[in-house]
Amino acid sequence: MNRLLPLPVVVPLLGAALTLVLGRWPRLQRAISVGGLATTLAVAAVLLVQAYRHGPVVLAIGGWPPPVGIVLVADQLAALMLVVSAAVTLCVLLYSIGQGQADIGENAPITIYHPTYLVLTAGVTNAFLAGDLFNLFVGFEILLAASFVLITLGGTETRIRTGSTYVVVSILSSMVFLASVGLVYAATGTLNMAQLAERLDALPGGVRLALQLMLLLAFGVKAAVFPLSAWLPDSYPTAPAPVTAVFAGLLTKVGVYAIIRTETLLFPGGQVGTLLLVVAGLTMLIGILGAVAQSDMKRLFSFTLVSHIGYMIFGVGLSTLAGLSGAIFYVVHHITIQTTLFLVAGLVEVRAGSTDLRRLGGLARVAPLLGVLFFVPAMNLAGVPPLSGFLGKLGLLQAGVAAGGALPAALVAAGTATSLLTLYVASRVWNIAFWRAPRLATAEPTVRLPTLMVGATVALVALGLALTVAAGPLFDVTADAAADLRDRTPYVRAVFPGGTP
Amino acid sequence: MSANGTGPSLVLVLAVGVLVGCGVTLLLERSLTRILLGIILLGNGVNLLILLGGRPGAPPVVGLSPTDRMSDAVPQAMVLTSIVITFGLTAFLLAVGYRSWYLTGDDEVPDDLEDRQIVRRAERDEVATSDRGGEGANGDPEQVDPEPARRRLRRGDGAG
Repeated sequence: MNRLLPLPVVVPLLGAALTLVLGRWPRLQRAISVGGLATTLAVAAVLLVQAYRHGPVVLAIGGWPPPVGIVLVADQLAALMLVVSAAVTLCVLLYSIGQGQADIGENAPITIYHPTYLVLTAGVTNAFLAGDLFNLFVGFEILLAASFVLITLGGTETRIRTGSTYVVVSILSSMVFLASVGLVYAATGTLNMAQLAERLDALPGGVRLALQLMLLLAFGVKAAVFPLSAWLPDSYPTAPAPVTAVFAGLLTKVGVYAIIRTETLLFPGGQVGTLLLVVAGLTMLIGILGAVAQSDMKRLFSFTLVSHIGYMIFGVGLSTLAGLSGAIFYVVHHITIQTTLFLVAGLVEVRAGSTDLRRLGGLARVAPLLGVLFFVPAMNLAGVPPLSGFLGKLGLLQAGVAAGGALPAALVAAGTATSLLTLYVASRVWNIAFWRAPRLATAEPTVRLPTLMVGATVALVALGLALTVAAGPLFDVTADAAADLRDRTPYVRAVFPGGTP
Repeated sequence: MSANGTGPSLVLVLAVGVLVGCGVTLLLERSLTRILLGIILLGNGVNLLILLGGRPGAPPVVGLSPTDRMSDAVPQAMVLTSIVITFGLTAFLLAVGYRSWYLTGDDEVPDDLEDRQIVRRAERDEVATSDRGGEGANGDPEQVDPEPARRRLRRGDGAG
């Protein structure tokens, strides 16, 4: 079974090479990328089942045994993230193919789009599967390098302007990450995470805290946690819709995943929990207040993205079983919903010619299907019962109440306020763009929305609803994953069956 | 620091400090070229830092020197990887800087447009026009009931 483990990384990389060579045959290119991502999704699903039933799946690459060689580890958390990310990337790929068939112009994906997109997927899956700190860094670099190309796609003036901010901030965070990897190695003499789990415990408290804070700083920038989040709303909205959607869904969540992994496996307990809680509350409130002020749909969703990262950090900061479980559920929910909303924003742009709220109106009457496609995920994001957003928030708030104390109580209050403000923001967009008198930014006659774009969005909306229906079993998986994370032994024992060297 | 008692050399430590310090200073600039130079310096500083984490010694090749005198090969491998990555990212940033200069004749990174608009609005203390709605039901021709056609009283009927 563990021979399947490299496939989620290798298949997209091979696909990238093939699509690059076959750039002249767009049809073949599309078939390869769709096939590659579908394979990834299937393998990820198999891995999830395997990890749920029999514990973490481990593979030492090249047959080199663990502390020397590199391991890939798919425990339940990693496998769950793999499944969701593969499903979302596949949907977004279909959407962008639909868009590519529809319009030729600035938004049309060029030949380089497919290879870069597949490399991005490989980076994301590599980061999820990495069982080694340096391999995690390499995964981050792969996905960042691909994201640099995607965000400056076409090289227009706005994209270069916003892209340069994004590139510089990302490189800076990578430097911090790299420096902390070097320091971790200097302090412990290993980079294998399972081995680090033991060796870091033996370090003096001050050194341990310094290493933890440096890693947290690096991941905080990538996850867009409040004081480090200012780059996100400036850079995401200008990219093509599918690119923004996949960035919003996945890239920040890879940062959150890295935070979950390091906080549970490498640095459990400790003083940082308080810091995380404070930062989580600020992220929620300041992010959503930013969203209230925006008048462009894509920028507005970027701010809600930042804001809802706070919920996940809240769960991690609690570091209780319920908190972690809620955080993992929330990550899964938020990847799906936030991607859907950006895809809908892309559809609005195609249909109405703009995503600027000042120039939109009455879309619900002009394009009823678009209205439904926006309404369901928007209400889901805001946490209207009985949708998955409500369940995720409820799980986290319950965990906060159960944890007791003043700070978790304040966080519960902040979480509730954020949920209400998200509802306000979502209904504001609904009222202005969909409900008031019809007003379109373009005077052009009706554009038919490409079937594939609508189909992919419908699929993602359906996935969001499926998360609601399957919330019970999903919570079982996340609770199990959280229990494993808090235990640490299943992970360590899977990597070193014969005891840690 | 290391097993055989030789710590990292002071020169290397100072070099890391100077490189990172200069890199951070340059990063704070607005022009992309200087930021790029800053990133190069910072990257080299960090690479040196990683190298400091390992044990110095003889080349780590079996047969050339006894095992306990060998230098640590892992940081060297990491540095090689990270040099390649830094190189690639530098090349990309150079391309972005060139494109920016090509398009705008300048490689400064300006503030975001929307941000500036919002700041301007905040200074004038006004709300976005779209939030006022602009029109009630009256503004929407489809929501207003058409005025009932005025009934003309004909001379023949009614109050006669």
